[in-house]
Amino acid sequence: MTDSKYFTTNKKGEIFELKAELNNEKKEKRKEAVKKVIAAMTVGKDVSSLFPDVVNCMQTDNLELKKLVYLYLMNYAKSHPLCTDCEDPNPLIRALAVRTMGCIRVDKITEYLCEPLRKCLKDEDPYVRKTAAVCVAKLHDINAQMVEDQGFLDSLRDLIADSNPMVVANAVAALSEISESHPNSNLLDLNPQNINKLLTALNECTEWGQIFILDCLSNYNPKDEREAQSICERVTPRLSHANSAVVLSAVKVLMKFLELLPKDSDYYITLLKKLSPPLVTLLSGEPEVQYVALRNINLIVQKRPEILKQEIKVFFVKYNDPIYVKLEKLDIMIRLASQANIAQVLAELKEYATEVDVDFVRKAVRAIGRCAIKVEQSAERCVSTLLDLIQTKVNYVVQEAIVVIRDIFRKYPNKYESIIATLCENLDSLDEPDARAAMIWIVGEYAERIDNADELLESFLEGFHDESTQVQLTLLTAIVKLFLKKPSETQELVQQVLSLATQDSDNPDLRDRGYIYWRLLSTDPVTAKEVVLSEKPLISEETDLIEPTLLDELICHIGSLASVYHKPPNAFVEGSHGIHRKHLPIQHGSSGPAAPVDQPQVIPSQGDLLGDLLNLDLGPPVNVPQVCSMQMGAVDLLGGGLDSLVSDPIIIMHPTLCGWKNIIYVLLSNSWSGPGLISVDFLLLLAVLNFCVLQVWLPAAKAKGLEISGTFSRRQGHMYMDMSFTNKALQHMTDFAIQFNKNSFGMIPTTPLAVHTPLMPNQSIDISLPLNTIGPVMKMDPLNNLQVAVKNNIDVFYFSCLIPLSIFFVEDGKMERQVFLATWKDIPNENELQYQIKECHLNADTVSGKLQNNNIYTIAKRNVEGQDMLYQSLKLTNGIWILAELRIQPGNPNYTVKNTLNEKVCPNLWPVLYNIIWMQLWMYYS
Amino acid sequence: MSVSAVFVLDLKGKVLICRNYKGDVDMSEIDHFFPILMQQEEEGLLNPVLSHGSVYFMWIKHNRTERGTSSYSDCLCVCVYQVFTEYFKELEEESIQDNFVVVYELLDELMDFGFPQTTDSKILQEYITQEGNKLEVAKTKVPTTVTNAVSWRSEGIKYKKNEVFIDVIESINVLPRGIGHLHDVNANGSVMSSDIVGSIKLKTMLSGMPELRLGLNDRVLFALTGRDKGKTVAMEDVKFHQCVRLSRFESDRTISFIPPDGESELMSYRINTHVKPLIWIESVIEKFSHSRVEIMVKAKGQFKKQSVANNVEVRVPVPSDADSPKFKTSTGHAKYVPEKNLVVWTIKSFPGGKEFLMRAHFGLPSVENDELEGKPPITVKFEIPYFTVSGIQVRYMKIIEKSGYQALPWVRYITQSGDYQLRTNT
Repeated sequence: MTDSKYFTTNKKGEIFELKAELNNEKKEKRKEAVKKVIAAMTVGKDVSSLFPDVVNCMQTDNLELKKLVYLYLMNYAKSHPLCTDCEDPNPLIRALAVRTMGCIRVDKITEYLCEPLRKCLKDEDPYVRKTAAVCVAKLHDINAQMVEDQGFLDSLRDLIADSNPMVVANAVAALSEISESHPNSNLLDLNPQNINKLLTALNECTEWGQIFILDCLSNYNPKDEREAQSICERVTPRLSHANSAVVLSAVKVLMKFLELLPKDSDYYITLLKKLSPPLVTLLSGEPEVQYVALRNINLIVQKRPEILKQEIKVFFVKYNDPIYVKLEKLDIMIRLASQANIAQVLAELKEYATEVDVDFVRKAVRAIGRCAIKVEQSAERCVSTLLDLIQTKVNYVVQEAIVVIRDIFRKYPNKYESIIATLCENLDSLDEPDARAAMIWIVGEYAERIDNADELLESFLEGFHDESTQVQLTLLTAIVKLFLKKPSETQELVQQVLSLATQDSDNPDLRDRGYIYWRLLSTDPVTAKEVVLSEKPLISEETDLIEPTLLDELICHIGSLASVYHKPPNAFVEGSHGIHRKHLPIQHGSSGPAAPVDQPQVIPSQGDLLGDLLNLDLGPPVNVPQVCSMQMGAVDLLGGGLDSLVSDPIIIMHPTLCGWKNIIYVLLSNSWSGPGLISVDFLLLLAVLNFCVLQVWLPAAKAKGLEISGTFSRRQGHMYMDMSFTNKALQHMTDFAIQFNKNSFGMIPTTPLAVHTPLMPNQSIDISLPLNTIGPVMKMDPLNNLQVAVKNNIDVFYFSCLIPLSIFFVEDGKMERQVFLATWKDIPNENELQYQIKECHLNADTVSGKLQNNNIYTIAKRNVEGQDMLYQSLKLTNGIWILAELRIQPGNPNYTVKNTLNEKVCPNLWPVLYNIIWMQLWMYYS
Repeated sequence: MSVSAVFVLDLKGKVLICRNYKGDVDMSEIDHFFPILMQQEEEGLLNPVLSHGSVYFMWIKHNRTERGTSSYSDCLCVCVYQVFTEYFKELEEESIQDNFVVVYELLDELMDFGFPQTTDSKILQEYITQEGNKLEVAKTKVPTTVTNAVSWRSEGIKYKKNEVFIDVIESINVLPRGIGHLHDVNANGSVMSSDIVGSIKLKTMLSGMPELRLGLNDRVLFALTGRDKGKTVAMEDVKFHQCVRLSRFESDRTISFIPPDGESELMSYRINTHVKPLIWIESVIEKFSHSRVEIMVKAKGQFKKQSVANNVEVRVPVPSDADSPKFKTSTGHAKYVPEKNLVVWTIKSFPGGKEFLMRAHFGLPSVENDELEGKPPITVKFEIPYFTVSGIQVRYMKIIEKSGYQALPWVRYITQSGDYQLRTNT
């Protein structure tokens, strides 16, 4: 027998047995085994070799067993291979261990990794330290609290001062990542000393490290322009780096800090010049890199067009560019188009319009239209280019050209109408809603110059219900325009379209609009003409611009996904509530954020139009259910049928919020459905509103066939009573006269009623009666009640109406600041009333502007704890001053208004008066 | 700013390899990638960034392998592409699966937790072992290069003969614009948009840690130092390898660096000048519908008589339904490449100042092709050695190493065609 017998014993030892038992199928056995292991551990035997087997037993719902396993773990965690590897003499293995540690995403295990990680963070080898730095970010992702408690964040901060640039870079990367989930903590603690360290490391670390550092620098707010400039000086050399990501990150830092530099300084100008070549060079990369670069350049061009204004040629499209690069280039080309380069741009665009890719060709044609609108001098060339393209008869080119020609007509009225004949030739080939709507709009708008406009529009009417909503709405408006221009021969046509729209359509938009037109035309063709054929607001030159605050935010995200998507990160990153929004730095010295002075008004692209119509500028996007309820409300309102509406003396529109919004929306969408709609002047709106409150004061049934409807208005400092007399009797009417009873404001007509010609049956006449307030005063109930007597050759009729108080607001109602202050204090509390305005989404400036149009003046504006306070005054014709305080909380659509009155008004009168004023204010506010 | 995961897919969208860096994205998200890609391709809306829900894919196509990154958080885009290009020089795409262990190792070193770390292939080679089990034997220390300030060069490199080869390569891009431009800009039909993209490549075979300084006839430098002898070149934009000290260049235009060992691109530059196109093409393409196309192409060498352009290829587009080609050339050889709808006219050697002619005749079917065809441009490929269009010159290359050896720099110049397109006159 040899010595080998010692090895061939069938007793394999305690450890082996335990191992077998630990892997036993029966739970009881396993529990037993773990107990044995713990026992052995307690008496000091080394059972660490059983580590994997014990850990296996953790998979149990038996609490006792679990506890035992944890007990074991706590004792032997150090012997976990990962932990032992952290002490390995080979730094590669230490780093590998610490890297893997962080990837074990098990909460419980991580606790045992703290100690080794702490050591690795102080390892002598920089490779281990840089890996450990990232590991902290990983651990934070698993258990943030633990990382904070263990002080790892401080260790990371210490690493920023590390001697090795790579370690610094990773520490910065880890801290940036962590701070994204802690929006308010100042983890990175960017102070001038740290910034200096980062800038030093920037020169030495690898390209990726440079990116981390640059991104971190871009979050720093230099305290003054000197500091900003010195950082810029040290960042500028990065623009020559071969790695395009480094270049983009450097561009981001510079774009942000440019905000802080004085615009007239030499350095500012030099820096702008330095930014251009690297951006251009990015375009010689791979197509994917080009795409990313172009998306970023698109932002830069919108923010600072001067940087690339000389470089338009590099955005000319190459034949073999991928389509996504082509489309981006085209967009930037238009943004850079100016009088200086328009000839080149147009020649390019014309070339593109003959290519094969349909999407690209369409965009090129559209771009020609944008050029015409943007560069006035080129409009003529653009139009002739478009005509050439229409001659090609390529279907989609023709349609696209017609869409843009409509915009050109809109921008330059009465200039290019000679081409209408050419456009009409292509009527039959239009099969896309956009193009059909554009053509219909053109026909309607220029109906008086197109001999067969009625035939043309009639041809569209045949398949009315098969058309898209856009075409139906445009057609309705176009025919109404045609009718107003050529009433004699188109009466039948207009009736046809009105009944199609109101009776046969399920679309509430269309029905609303149909009813409005019907009512307009039947009550007062003259006003109808004023409203429908009113002058249209100008359309802006730039389209598709990104909204300035969003643009600023995106500039802060250059080189990241946000800049490619042109959306802020919180718009597409799930669970991003923690991400704080970035802002461009604010130049010190100026009080508020740098206001975008020259920013052109943003016009939504065609696709957004319908959504915006519903909101106008009345507030942030209304959510869909609300829109629906609004529309339903309007339908109910009008649902009673047209006849009852016409004959009953009721207000056309109930002045509820949804009613107002709806009527504004309907009328606006009538005026023109194209870009530029949103910039509707508020005055126009008011005109519409005034029209809308036109009431039937005296119904024909009560006045032997005379119907009087009217409203009050204030124009150029004078008050008017605008009335419409309609003769619904069978005989003519003459000898009109009017008289007012004594009233609260002493209002009397300045001139006698001037109706000189007899009013024939079925005829109506519009009268604007000037008023003043020098007559006898008598308190009425309600206060603004006015009793009127109207006489004609048949009889004398009486009616009463309510005067909107706003017409008594005089133009010189702006109180001196000092006087205001003093008055405000002197007013007794009982004269003070407070109201809440619900659901108003306007900001302080808009409100103030609107009110000023109605002689309610803003005396001062204050910002108290994030709330805007507006102090306002108004004066009535009888010298009564009313002071108001309007409190607007951002984000809270409810306004609080506090009003006071300086006169000792009879106490029981005040609430009455107030209610009326209140009603008035409320209308204007909302 | 980090990458959640990297996938390598084959042409059919099957995952070859994936690496999850952050664990915040479900790895099955990649299943959505390919359908979206296909759909977008069909709609003609293909785009390098795709999204599905809150997952964003950035992808590139490398020969026959598709690669996508899925990113969850707001992430770095540009970087990703470069990582791929860098390391895929290393790997034959067919062998990804054969070498998956190495690929995983590479992916591990390239990025940690989605943060790119080291992407220099030479340095990675030093400690990524080709066979995974070599670890215990050889590598007991991290190459200091990984974390050094000089992360691109290892210490202890030795050559018997110390030499450095410098290649100055200029690519000339020509994009002639539409006819409309020609009379706008220049009556004699010269080209509107042309630029030169130059690059200086090094093949360094130097021992130790040498300090190099490269002198060019840079206009800005000459203006700074007050010298104005000889021709200088104004570079619009310069990009440097990470070894070049950028702040030094920014302050005094000195190009100083410790070079990476072996081959590397030291710098690239862009010059935006109106140069005469070196090979000017005039073409007349007459299309007689239903019967034939006649093509006449004239090529003229507009460069110095002493220089010769090599391997000139003039690619002339023809209609896709053309047939029965006939050619006549004054020199070189013309060939019809039907799969690309091209006639390729090859001229082995094209001396400056010379002019050559090619005529081609194609039949057209009597039934016309309905599809609208684009107007692809004529493209030209060529190479002219010992010559740079811009006139850039390497004036000196100073090499200083502490051991004090003498080293020789060798310089070569070459000009070649880049994006060289000329519109056809039809």
